Amino acid sequence: MSQTHTTTQEGESHGSVASYVIGFVLAVILTVASFATVLSKAFSYWTALVVLSILAVVQIVVHLVFFLHMNTSSKQRWVLMTFAVTVAMVMIVVVGSLFVLWNTQSHMMAR
Amino acid sequence: MSHDTTHASPAHHEEHEHQESPVVFGFWVYLMTDCIIFGTLFTVFAVMSHQFAGGPTGKELFDLKNVEIETAILLFSSITYGFAMLGAQAQKKAATLGWLFITFLLGCSFVFLEVNEFTDLIAHGAGPDRSAFLSSFFTLVGTHGLHVTCGLIWMVVAFIQILGKQGLGSRMISKLTCLSLFWHFLDVVWICVFTFVYLGSVL
Repeated sequence: MSQTHTTTQEGESHGSVASYVIGFVLAVILTVASFATVLSKAFSYWTALVVLSILAVVQIVVHLVFFLHMNTSSKQRWVLMTFAVTVAMVMIVVVGSLFVLWNTQSHMMAR
Repeated sequence: MSHDTTHASPAHHEEHEHQESPVVFGFWVYLMTDCIIFGTLFTVFAVMSHQFAGGPTGKELFDLKNVEIETAILLFSSITYGFAMLGAQAQKKAATLGWLFITFLLGCSFVFLEVNEFTDLIAHGAGPDRSAFLSSFFTLVGTHGLHVTCGLIWMVVAFIQILGKQGLGSRMISKLTCLSLFWHFLDVVWICVFTFVYLGSVL
């Protein structure tokens, strides 16, 4: 599906009405699913958090592909590379901090 | 004149038309550094999200109706900006300006709702000085709101420049492409805000 705008004559970095609409519809579905996950109260805390995280990641990918027009073409190699490095750095910051602080907290006092 | 060639600087002609301008790539790199700023702010929020200091929790404070509307507004503004971009690439000035104007109005209503929410919270004694949770909340969501405000100012500047003698020349397309990356990027950040800050707190 991501090919809808990559194969157009306009070049890889431009969308088309179709690609924007597809992205928009997917984003709406995923957003509604996120809110429904919480409002329905159907899941326990951790299950809901995992479901929300997955929905968020999928929606981010939808936005990157359909709105920011990222793809794997060679013309976008540096865009992808810088993005991958950034994601890695953010992951180190987020996961590392949470891991360390979680441990600190559980060793200092039971919460 | 096809917009393919308007995009590339003369030096890149031998590499054929579809090369993005270095300006756009440079702007992308800036966005990546912004990503790291937001990454750290989200981490701070995650760490502080249960430090209520006896104050109100997110469950008590957050109005999900408001968040739903804000989310819808940003999503709509993403697609309207996309249409503005398509108009610009087709060299349709009226369409570009029209969609830009709609995007601007949507962005303004988003900022309005957010400012409303903040003043409401502060009026109810849940300002950024109440607890670590609220400090990190205001820092994170406020930084996003500040970015949106900057995007709106940029939009006004672009609007005036398109009306001026620049029109929809190659430099203008380049600028609009940067703004489009910025605007869509803010929507991506907002996905994390409504998921982890609002929905995560209400869980």
